[in-house]
Amino acid sequence: MRDFQFHTPSTLAEAHSLLSDYGEEARVISGGTGLINMMKQDLIYVDHLVSLQNIDGLNYIRSTGEGLQIGGRTTQQEVATSSVVHENNPLLTETYGEVATVRVRNAATVGGGVAHGDPAQDPPPTLLVLDASIHVASKGGERTVKARDGWFVDYYTTGVEEGEIVTGITVPAAPANAKTTYIKFLPRTADDYPTVAVSALGVVDGGVVTDVRVGLGAVNSTAVFADTVAGVLVGKEPTADLVREAAETVRDLCAPTPDFRGSAEYKTDMAVVFTRRALTRVLGLE
Amino acid sequence: MTTDTVARVPVSVTINGTEYSAEVPPRRTLVDFIRYDLGLTGTKEACSVGVCGICTVEMDGAIVSSCILLAVQASGSQITTIEGVADGDKLHPLQEAFMNYGGFQCGICTPGQIMASRALLQQNPDPTEDEIKNWMMGNLCRCTGYYKIIESIQKAGEMIRLGN
Repeated sequence: MRDFQFHTPSTLAEAHSLLSDYGEEARVISGGTGLINMMKQDLIYVDHLVSLQNIDGLNYIRSTGEGLQIGGRTTQQEVATSSVVHENNPLLTETYGEVATVRVRNAATVGGGVAHGDPAQDPPPTLLVLDASIHVASKGGERTVKARDGWFVDYYTTGVEEGEIVTGITVPAAPANAKTTYIKFLPRTADDYPTVAVSALGVVDGGVVTDVRVGLGAVNSTAVFADTVAGVLVGKEPTADLVREAAETVRDLCAPTPDFRGSAEYKTDMAVVFTRRALTRVLGLE
Repeated sequence: MTTDTVARVPVSVTINGTEYSAEVPPRRTLVDFIRYDLGLTGTKEACSVGVCGICTVEMDGAIVSSCILLAVQASGSQITTIEGVADGDKLHPLQEAFMNYGGFQCGICTPGQIMASRALLQQNPDPTEDEIKNWMMGNLCRCTGYYKIIESIQKAGEMIRLGN
């Protein structure tokens, strides 16, 4: 790992000042499980790391009338084990509990993960399904971006701009009668990156689908919200044939990177299969 | 290690009840700090990318991979390493069980296995086999085939439940 300077501001204002001073030579570090790994392998070089570790007030899980507010410095294991999260949104519990291993979850934070933008991360497909928003703060003020409004830009590129810090996320509650699932295909080891991952939510009311949402991981340069699925299913009685037809629509959303977890064709096929399985579950067809 | 080009930074940590203060290059990882600066060589490093579990230590009550944390990130924290697991000459039930039930062969992964399983048994002294597998899945062992590790953890849980 190359040398760098390490800064530990104790307020967001100090952090913003450092980010302003060092510009593109600086990177924000939260838990560091992603960033340190990339730096150790000389994938990126950073001259100044601005750490959030001494800034108070960014580690919280709050339940509001509309859903959950989670601080950027909250660890992914805190989300996975929080009873408040589980009562409000079991899909979040399930998804964050699937991230790597307990050791990684203990260090990795919610805000760091959202800023990182690895296309194979677990949370992004679920944050898309749940219509989460990301809060960022800069010297000039704060702004909020919906995950679905292009937060996940490209391979390791997200909506966080130079000088900005992810301070937290807001996750609206799922509909009361929703079924949800997060499934991933792990041909190698349980803590490996998935070949494909699918997060899904479904509501069947009076025998017809009233809400259905699918998010995909590891199938493109970012997590993908499969907005093609609802058009096939909403307003209709769920059947195995319709689910098959809806799952087939995600094929065009996939442009996966081939690697030892599968060729692009194989991963695309698996995305369709896992979407079908997830839909089957959340629409009560199992 | 190559020559440092930036100023050192202060790090103060409490490890196994002893306070340590040092000035280190910012890029010093926690595992290198523990092993090379403090001489606590029980903690090992293998994969260097947070995957294999060999460098597991407990930091402020939660296990972490010390190879993908900077020493300066740990400043101010309370850390337990394998050297702090026994109570004087009295071994921890996990250490007893790993010896008595064949929980290690070459031994290189054992400090990480014990630090990880110790955290599990602190939360749940009676884990099911599935709970053990799920918790321990990031701690790799190339010798045992894992069954003896699982058995050792179960036996240690029994010892803890019986107040030993």
